[in-house]
Amino acid sequence: MRALGLFALVAALILGTGVLQSWNSALIILNMGLVSAIMSLGVNLQWGLAGLFNVGVMGFVALGGLAVVLTSVAPVPAAWAAGGGRAIAALILGAAVITLAALAWRGLAHRRRGLAVAAILLVGLVAFRWVLDPATAAIESVDPAATGYLGGLGLPVLLAWPVGGLLAAGVAWMIGKTALGLRSDYLAIATLGIAEIIIAVLKNEDWLARGVKNVIGLPRPLPYEIDLQQTPGFAERAAGMGLDVTTASTLYVKVGYSLLFAAVLVAVLVLAQLALKSPWGRMMRAIRDNEEAAEAMGKDVTARHLQVFILGSVLCGIAGAMMTTLDGQLTPSSYQPLRYTFLIWVMVIVGGSGNNLGAVLGGFLIWFLWVQVEPMGQWLMGLLTAGMADDSAIRNHLLDSVQHMRLLTMGVILLLVLRFAPRGLLPEK
Amino acid sequence: MDLLNALVALANFVLIPALAYGSQLALGALGVTLIYAILRFSNFAHGDTMAIGTMVTIFVTWGLQALGIGLGPLPTALLAIPFGILGAAALLLLTDRMVYRFYRAQKAKPVILVIVSMGVMFVYNGITRFIIGPDDQSFADGERFLISARDFKAWSGLDEGLALKSTQAITVVVAVLVVALLFWFLNHTRTGKSMRAYSDNEELALLSGINPETVVRVTWVIVAALAVVAGTLYGLDKSYKPFTYFQLLLPIFASAIVGGIGSPVGAIAGGFVIAFSEVLFTYAWKKVLGYLLPASLAPDGLVQLMGTDYKFAVSFVILIIVLLFRPTGLFRGKSI
Amino acid sequence: MSFDDRGNRDLSIGNPAGMGEARPVRGGHERAALGGPFLIGEAMTGGYGRGADILHGCTIAVERGEIAVIVGPNGAGKSTAMKAVFGMLNLRGGSVRLDGEDITALSPQARVRKGMGFVPQTHNIFASLSVEENLEMGAFIRKDDFRDTLEQVYELFPILRDKRRQAAGELSGGQRQQVAVGRALMTQPKVLMLDEPTAGVSPIVMDELFDRIIEVARSGLPVLMVEQNARQALEIADKGYVLVQGANAHTGTGRELLDDPQVRRSFLGG
Repeated sequence: MRALGLFALVAALILGTGVLQSWNSALIILNMGLVSAIMSLGVNLQWGLAGLFNVGVMGFVALGGLAVVLTSVAPVPAAWAAGGGRAIAALILGAAVITLAALAWRGLAHRRRGLAVAAILLVGLVAFRWVLDPATAAIESVDPAATGYLGGLGLPVLLAWPVGGLLAAGVAWMIGKTALGLRSDYLAIATLGIAEIIIAVLKNEDWLARGVKNVIGLPRPLPYEIDLQQTPGFAERAAGMGLDVTTASTLYVKVGYSLLFAAVLVAVLVLAQLALKSPWGRMMRAIRDNEEAAEAMGKDVTARHLQVFILGSVLCGIAGAMMTTLDGQLTPSSYQPLRYTFLIWVMVIVGGSGNNLGAVLGGFLIWFLWVQVEPMGQWLMGLLTAGMADDSAIRNHLLDSVQHMRLLTMGVILLLVLRFAPRGLLPEK
Repeated sequence: MDLLNALVALANFVLIPALAYGSQLALGALGVTLIYAILRFSNFAHGDTMAIGTMVTIFVTWGLQALGIGLGPLPTALLAIPFGILGAAALLLLTDRMVYRFYRAQKAKPVILVIVSMGVMFVYNGITRFIIGPDDQSFADGERFLISARDFKAWSGLDEGLALKSTQAITVVVAVLVVALLFWFLNHTRTGKSMRAYSDNEELALLSGINPETVVRVTWVIVAALAVVAGTLYGLDKSYKPFTYFQLLLPIFASAIVGGIGSPVGAIAGGFVIAFSEVLFTYAWKKVLGYLLPASLAPDGLVQLMGTDYKFAVSFVILIIVLLFRPTGLFRGKSI
Repeated sequence: MSFDDRGNRDLSIGNPAGMGEARPVRGGHERAALGGPFLIGEAMTGGYGRGADILHGCTIAVERGEIAVIVGPNGAGKSTAMKAVFGMLNLRGGSVRLDGEDITALSPQARVRKGMGFVPQTHNIFASLSVEENLEMGAFIRKDDFRDTLEQVYELFPILRDKRRQAAGELSGGQRQQVAVGRALMTQPKVLMLDEPTAGVSPIVMDELFDRIIEVARSGLPVLMVEQNARQALEIADKGYVLVQGANAHTGTGRELLDDPQVRRSFLGG
């Protein structure tokens, strides 16, 4: 009942945006709200269901973005010819070095293995760079202004979404294996670090996805507005609905995305709910509430934690791929921890840790506020500074600083919810 | 001669910068580790505490500069640090009173406090950007170099120059002073010992008549001092940009954990381990090797193990390696 | 469970070590209550928090210069009775009086200031602090010069003087107990309360500890002690309390209880 009311409130907020501002803005909020809800579900799976503290959400989201480039962009044959084979060989070499190091770690006697593993890694790093560097130089010199990277596989872009999940799963498996397997748990710092590394790779490995030069014009699952406008009959139908053809085409595309995203969200939500109520979900909660007892009953706690950590990360990866598809470009420098890690945490905590519906609600509500705090702040500041002279330095500073209000607001909301409704808007049952 | 040149190049590009950076990280990590030891959580708002305290220092520095008050060859910011500390301490105490104290009274678990500190991080971050903006600010003045590369070359007759920025020297000197003061305080004063006792065994500290609230307040004030000194030194040495301070969180946490989180000695050791490995791995060794190796073997490439953008990766790998060998860090952590 | 941590034990973000359950409570007020034994918990009834009652009208008292020992089978509420005297659980009935004052309403911290020295059964030292620092922390509430007391503790436990610079956590079990007792003595308490001081130490060390405790009592400081080793404890006791299920089963001098056939049969193994 409470859930229904709160969801109605969010719907009213978004509809209100449509009526008061524009339907275009409302749909933009809705689409990113849908994506945020999926990320939030992912984090909720990890934190709510298993108490795992993942502060590297940004990294998994970015991997999803990378997946879009790697899957859907057409390959660049000249770049492949220049150094593709060598780059792939380098990656295989890198994987081999890491595997060798892991095997040495397990196989060798306790005393010598440290030095041996360090030596393997250092020699491996040099060899890896020796193979990779010429390849990247060659690839990056192929028409650097337009490509300078290998491109992707040229597959349909929707395929990138599961691929994003897979990439995230792979990285999550590696982190989980290392951090959850340690004698004591160090997942938070591990995820914090890996997220920064993923972003560093995206920014610097130009041969992979052009780095900070960005990949723009990613393929879309929906028609381009301009094509729609030229489609015979579209203009008439738009006119029939009382819309001009440009507006109608943008709305058409955005609603298309909304439907696609909503389908994914509903599927994920249903699966998450089923998982929560399944024997697996009950076991996860049993482990969460009393690890010792669960362990004594023969549950492999580390393996279960690894499982749920990977699952949650997969959701973040899928959501990241969806987001990049929606943006139509990959801009590595736009990935900021406050926005892509900590804001997702605000969504989960505000929505209600451990409650899937809560996570979805938090995703929508917090995203709405994140977008709308700025115009609200602008209005408020306008009111506050109305009495001041036009050239007043304070007035200008205040008006310029409005964009930073959203951070402040998010912090205050998180603190208020933690204090007065610590279990969130929709508490776990 | 070549050997000397190589040594000078090494000192100039590796040792001195790493020493300065290590001091800054150590001070930052000390703050994190104190909160971890006394308040028992990892404070995600620490980077932003540094940013906000440094911001106060910068404003006072600007004020002093405008008034024409300075320290001659030394940066005016050194004079402004106490004001920055006052500002940061007031802010932290206010935050504790309004935010953290409630959870302490509830005996909330550490993870909850971590989430709370995320909220505080958002608020501090917003305040900093709101007041000073997200851009680079410069506030360094005074003599730029203690030894300039040109003077050194002229003096030594070597091809390589050794430059020692005054900010680097000041960083190391101030860090040593602050650390010495902190250790004296923790080990030789009644309040310092009561902090260690509280960290070790809360319940027994309570039975001994130690007031937890006093311990917590003193801790916040010390943390404010450490954060402002670290932040100001970093800003003088490099530059002040709020986002950079937020990003320092990772190397600072890595330092604290590598050293053994909760252990002050560990925080210092960790800071230098992380700083030196970052610099060693991202330094282009071409020059040094060029001096050391015969001409026929001189490297063509930069001989850089990793690009400078991967310095986070270095901290991270060091962290994982240390944790694999010693899950408690280099110095057994958890209580001071 | 509003502030649930969901079983998270990530050491990179949280430090559970040394975190206690006790909350600092501001003490209530004492009232004058003249007469009666030096320290008495009378007809105490109560339990932890809102849980079921563990004590049922239990009475424990100790006079000046005496050693009083609480013994009884496992789960009889021995430690609970002592904690009740120290104010660590909610009393629903009965009262606690110390040296002519009713202190039932006081918090444990306030009782320390009133002169109760308490040595908990576990976690009773600051393991990472040196021996001397442990003792100094014991004297934390004192504003006067406590060097004399420090000297007295070192005389009582000479080994501690030799190890005063060493971290207390590095000492042997028996030495740690000496540190714990020494820390409690540093406040110059009016009464010393020991919760199973010999738990986990070897018989030889146990005998030595008992000797020291007798020495403390001889100096005029009343000692109230919970003991698992009933026979040895009763041998040094001036007064013994046998508790069964949170109530007094037998009371008498140590000798009387040792000679009581019923007590021997049920608790002392014949």
